[in-house]
Amino acid sequence: MAVVSCKGVEKTFIKGKESVEVLAGISLEIEAGDFLALMGPSGSGKTTLLNLIGGLDHPSAGSVVVGGQSLAEMSARQLAKWRAANVGFIFQFYNLLPVLSAQRNVELPLLLTALSSKQRQANAAAALQIVGLADRARHKPGELSGGQQQRVAIARAIVADPGLLVCDEPTGDLDRETADEILKLLETLNGEYGKTIIMVTHDPKAAEHAAQVLRMDKGLLVEDAA
Amino acid sequence: MSRLGFMWANLFRRPVRTWLTLVSVLIAFLLFVLLRTVSHAFSEGGGFGEPGIDRLVVSPKYSIIDPLPISALQQIAGVDGVLAVTHADWFGGVYQDRANFFPKYPVEPIPHFEMYSEYLIDPQQLEAFANTRTGAVAPAAMAAKYGWKVGDKIPIEGDIWAKKDGSRNWEFDLVGTYAAPEDLQQPAVFLLNHAYFDEAREVGEGTVGWFTVRIADTGRAAEIANAIDALFTNSLNPTRTITEAEQARQFMQQIGDIELMMTGILAAVFFTILLLTGNTMAQALRERVPELAVLKTIGFSDGAVAALVLGEALLLCAVGALLGTAAAFGAAAVIGPGLEEAIGVFEINGVTVASALGVSALLGLVRLSIVDALPER
Repeated sequence: MAVVSCKGVEKTFIKGKESVEVLAGISLEIEAGDFLALMGPSGSGKTTLLNLIGGLDHPSAGSVVVGGQSLAEMSARQLAKWRAANVGFIFQFYNLLPVLSAQRNVELPLLLTALSSKQRQANAAAALQIVGLADRARHKPGELSGGQQQRVAIARAIVADPGLLVCDEPTGDLDRETADEILKLLETLNGEYGKTIIMVTHDPKAAEHAAQVLRMDKGLLVEDAA
Repeated sequence: MSRLGFMWANLFRRPVRTWLTLVSVLIAFLLFVLLRTVSHAFSEGGGFGEPGIDRLVVSPKYSIIDPLPISALQQIAGVDGVLAVTHADWFGGVYQDRANFFPKYPVEPIPHFEMYSEYLIDPQQLEAFANTRTGAVAPAAMAAKYGWKVGDKIPIEGDIWAKKDGSRNWEFDLVGTYAAPEDLQQPAVFLLNHAYFDEAREVGEGTVGWFTVRIADTGRAAEIANAIDALFTNSLNPTRTITEAEQARQFMQQIGDIELMMTGILAAVFFTILLLTGNTMAQALRERVPELAVLKTIGFSDGAVAALVLGEALLLCAVGALLGTAAAFGAAAVIGPGLEEAIGVFEINGVTVASALGVSALLGLVRLSIVDALPER
């Protein structure tokens, strides 16, 4: 069953008097539990497509349906609520809040839920346990290595138990060894916890961990390299 | 972690900056509470005795230094609705040093304490006051402050009144002390025997500064005041009769429009604080634009992010206001006793505290709107 369905998706940005077409009619379907890598040169539209699937932006044309819900018809407020419940985001530069400990960074998305304080703490601790950082819960991001920070970011992405994880160059700032650890963790989340993962990457080695690889160029899907 | 905890953590991303901002807000509110309290003391006419709702004050119409003939007392006593009349005067004078300021009134001992029946004085001491020509009674707190005991002689240098022998050295025998019940404002006036004062002074014999009148029906205060003033309209000594509370308020206003002065100072303080802390907050927010974007990405709505930022501004101002108000209570305990001799009541009241908290919320909102108005955020 397709958890993500894009049909004829176009995205055009206006820059001054020029309009720049970034996506030129993308159609794709991603099955629940899939681990998909999106590859392509810079400017090919990978991150833009990821943002549309993650509900961060609206398409200029076409439809994006995720989990049976059409994102194009949602207001910004509805999208925010939908993202909080359905999508986990993992970024290249971790984007943790430096003033909060690892535990509190992970707890952050749960502030949007009705969970009690104790339950939020318990869930955050469980998420840190899954990513292997339970012993660093009280450390602030500045006291953690890049790989550890990315693990905290992954814990934050999964703490609300979303079905879909969108990852934008999750290993782009890490050395090979650490990158492999992160990718194995993503594989575990995909294989053992059933998360659907869409990962944008430039790195062919990273893409090897995905079950399916799609290539993009000039706003179009050019080949299925699975 | 709660949302409040999150806001608190964000406030301390740069502890030095936050502490400096907090201290500036704290000082602003310390000034706010103290100045509002001073202003309140002046607008309420000070605390030189709890103004009685059933007492009127009959003063010279044009100037408080014009005397009134003591014979007017009988005429006033005959006005319908008047229960009792007594009189007092302003003695001035200096005890040892000009810094030792306290009001001194020559009064009729027994009628005065009948008029101010809320004050507590030992009957034997009151009798001694009435029967001792040079007798005087002091508020208990004043006696304690200057170390006076019953039987002491209190020397006062007369800066207004000289004696018939040309000397300005007055000496009074302290025959007692008086006080108010604990729940009332304590008195602050040194009382001396008018009979001795009137007999011994160089000029002005047979005159008084003002009359105090007790009336039967407070609802008729204006009518009775008009009736009293009508008695003297065409005399050499026209009068102006007002309630005791109004008289006290007008007395304090002679110093100037304290309310306006205090408001001006506070406006300048808060305007400066707004500029300083608004700029600080703008800097803090600019640094955090990427973090706010992350919050929105993980599901915080625009409103939720705005609420967090607004909450931080309010939290900082509220903490500053609370600390400033607490500091003001501490400062009032230290400087209050000294100030009370000059301006009467100096007590921080609930309205002032509530105003401080209200202003803190307003300050937080205004600071945020300043930040909102900044371009390129």
